[in-house]
Amino acid sequence: MADNTSEATVDKTVAPENPERREFLKNLPVLGIAWGAFAASVGVVLAGSLRFLFPNVLYEPPQQFKIGFPDDFQVGTVSTEFKDKFGVWVVRNDQGFYVLISVCTHLGCTPNWLSSENKFKCPCHGSGFYMTGINFEGPAPRPLERAAISLAEDGQILVDKSQKFLYERGGWDDPTSFLFFA
Amino acid sequence: MDTIQSWINVLFRPQLLIATSILALLGFCRYRKFCTQNKFMSAAILGFPLAFFAVSALEENFWIQFKRPDNVPISFMLWFVVFFIWLAMKKGVENDDRIAEGRPVYEAEPEEEEKVFVWPDLVYTELLCVLLISIMLVAWSILIPAPLEEPANPQLTPNPSKAPWYFLGLQEILVYFDPWLAGVLIPTFIVIGLMAIPYIDPNPKGNGYYTFAERRYEIFIFLFGFVILWVLLIFQGTFLRGPNWNFYGPYEYWDVHKVVPLTNVNLSEFIWARLLGVGMPSFWLVREIFGLLLLGLYFFALPVLFAKTLWKKFYLQMGLIPYVLGSDLMLWMLLVPIKMYLRWTLNLKYFVAIPEFFFNI
Repeated sequence: MADNTSEATVDKTVAPENPERREFLKNLPVLGIAWGAFAASVGVVLAGSLRFLFPNVLYEPPQQFKIGFPDDFQVGTVSTEFKDKFGVWVVRNDQGFYVLISVCTHLGCTPNWLSSENKFKCPCHGSGFYMTGINFEGPAPRPLERAAISLAEDGQILVDKSQKFLYERGGWDDPTSFLFFA
Repeated sequence: MDTIQSWINVLFRPQLLIATSILALLGFCRYRKFCTQNKFMSAAILGFPLAFFAVSALEENFWIQFKRPDNVPISFMLWFVVFFIWLAMKKGVENDDRIAEGRPVYEAEPEEEEKVFVWPDLVYTELLCVLLISIMLVAWSILIPAPLEEPANPQLTPNPSKAPWYFLGLQEILVYFDPWLAGVLIPTFIVIGLMAIPYIDPNPKGNGYYTFAERRYEIFIFLFGFVILWVLLIFQGTFLRGPNWNFYGPYEYWDVHKVVPLTNVNLSEFIWARLLGVGMPSFWLVREIFGLLLLGLYFFALPVLFAKTLWKKFYLQMGLIPYVLGSDLMLWMLLVPIKMYLRWTLNLKYFVAIPEFFFNI
């Protein structure tokens, strides 16, 4: 017992430092350069990939556009002429206008306006929406979204798709989601 | 003729089609010996799909869908599914008889145990298969050109818009569930569930030989998931789903203006507005409390209840964790047809509908 303890103290005094640790410290600059270079190259590759998310030119339909004068629209109809170009329907009822974004709230297909059935119907999973945009059949969990609508200074209707109004969040009560026009 | 056609159209309504298919599958498993060992019954099982397609192809509306280049391989696949299930059951029944007589299974017979060489036996067979399949594919691509269309246009969604054939089952499930369930959670459960089978069910019986009697529940559950909830839904999506994603009979003209009343109602609306006659509560937790309770009972109380009654045998056999995993996967699988039937009968939209959080079941 006594021998063992004395041996242990002797060992400590002879080898105060761990030789492996010293080796590691000696190599530290090299390791630092190596890992630094690795991290830098990975970082550059990642940054390059992220750069793809911000293209120089973006072929997107404009988010704000004019759709003509209020008198161009017939009361009680859904105008589908802006669907191809801007991805919206313009609905004119007896009180005014609102703009529905033509993206199904189920999985994002483009529904069709069926004028004879008086409803929007999605060809992918059969979701149906009333003229107001309220969902009533199929799996769509919420109504179609509305875009901001206002009158421009020249008297044309101005639509802003970047502002969306969701019925379930109370967005349709917002005054810019509906354009009163007698 | 017209009346027969309209009757067949009725039989192919999804409610009836799925119910009769489940009954047919049950009957096939129950009377497996008659279905696979009797020559006339075997010929009927294998010949009926062929005869049905051959006779139906004479009908104008069926022919339009049948001859579509996308749909030709699906028709082949349907017959091959029937054939291979019949073949596996036939071999299983023969082995079950051997086991009952105390003889070794067919695969354990000495002449079957004999091994063959990779070269030339296997490679030679493979070469022949490569040649034959290549010839078949070349001939097919010449006879029925691929249905290429103009470049895709995001504003122009074809009506109906169909997924690739192997995803039509999922597309059908998407009709009844929210995208995050039918598009993410349920496919994940299918993949994980299939991978988990060897851990949930480590029973070595049936390894390396065909049998039915030794694994009747396991094989039936698998066939239910595969034949009813996958292959049959692909058939539905291919031949029965038409414009506006409405159901059409096999001999029905795909009328874009077909009007189907489908007004769907959430469970919360059923209970609050129709049953209790009060308005819908505005706070979502109160509004959806019944649906949440119902699903809670379904997923948490049913496994416990079944462990004590119907599935007691499995619970004792499997142990706690495999039982919980297995019963949960099973309940998820059964939720799909339950939800479908509730939609078809009661127009139920969602058990729990919280669009505020995009959470709908």
